[in-house]
Amino acid sequence: MSEKIPILKMGQFLLVTIQVDMHDQLALQLQEDLTERIVQVHARGVLIDISALEIVDSFIGRMLSNIASMARVLDAETVVVGMRPAVAITLVELGMSLEGVSTALDVDRGMALLRTRLATR
Amino acid sequence: MSSLGGQALRKILSQSQQDILAEWLQAQLKSATLRSDLMKEGELREQSRVLLRLLESALASGDPSRPQGPEWEELRQFLAGVSRSRAQQGFSPAETATFVFSLKEPLFARLRRELGRDAQALADETWLATSMIDGLGLFTIEAFIKSRESIIERQQQELLELSTPVVQLWESILALPLIGTLDSERTQVVMQSLLERIVQTGAAIAIIDITGVPTVDTLVAQHLLKTVAAARLMGADCIISGIRPQIAQTIVHLGVDLSEVTTKASLADAFAIALRRTQARLPSGAASAS
Repeated sequence: MSEKIPILKMGQFLLVTIQVDMHDQLALQLQEDLTERIVQVHARGVLIDISALEIVDSFIGRMLSNIASMARVLDAETVVVGMRPAVAITLVELGMSLEGVSTALDVDRGMALLRTRLATR
Repeated sequence: MSSLGGQALRKILSQSQQDILAEWLQAQLKSATLRSDLMKEGELREQSRVLLRLLESALASGDPSRPQGPEWEELRQFLAGVSRSRAQQGFSPAETATFVFSLKEPLFARLRRELGRDAQALADETWLATSMIDGLGLFTIEAFIKSRESIIERQQQELLELSTPVVQLWESILALPLIGTLDSERTQVVMQSLLERIVQTGAAIAIIDITGVPTVDTLVAQHLLKTVAAARLMGADCIISGIRPQIAQTIVHLGVDLSEVTTKASLADAFAIALRRTQARLPSGAASAS
């Protein structure tokens, strides 16, 4: 278990930037780390930046929606940002439209979206 | 037989090529299939001359009963070029093939004069010449059809690109006016160009206008929903507009669920909603909206 995906804390939010090719073990590790951190720092929102992700499969897709559901249980909103067109098309063709996961074009907009969500809550 | 056969053919082609060419051209120029409106006489002369020359050199080493052999490569290349140019000039397949087949008449006339009363040899040589020219003619038709197909394919591709423009209506509002039937191949192109434009412009809302889509069946609806889902994954909302009354009825009858998507009857309505959602303001110089 040498490689890990870093989780950065930015105010009330957590920022996860996926910069490497996701494989299944890494995804499970991320799930575990992230839920722990949410509880630890009382995060209200999670931003997952997947702009560097070029390849997805159904497992990664399911992991993304799992993370969102887990975060919601822990009272944090999840926004997936920066998805590439090819990745979006692949996920749709796989029949996974990530219902229940919020999305935004880039980190900036994702942050703005989280802020408005929290303000209206 | 083939080593013996074809002797007379070779002989007349090398000895009286000029005469054959003259007779052939005369016949072609008189024939009903001459299309002087599509092609200049000079070009026809040149093509006929080159064809005879190449035929002679192919026959020098090649077997006339098998025009598929490697010795015929140069002649075949030439014929393919002729077919291609004629397909572009607008000739019909029959007219193009007649160019090759019309060589039979002067060739047979020569053979008859050459072999005279030797009926056996005349029949053999005529048969050889027939099968040779038939082979070449069929090859010409094949090449003609191939080049026509490639023309059609290219036009299809151009049409596909023409028919899927993505236009920016306002800052962070895109519109995608769809015209024509949506099949899965086109959906791919539409989806790709829409998503790429979303990345380029940073758009938050995309309006898919289906005024120009003649019919919406379950498959088309599914394609639309796929496009909407993909845009949503990128962080852009979609509005579907331009739904005609009949299409609304069909959608409901088919049981297609569009409740997840905002739908509007007209592009104007959709645009108004998009402006409100993005809280767009008129820029100070109203004409220079970006």
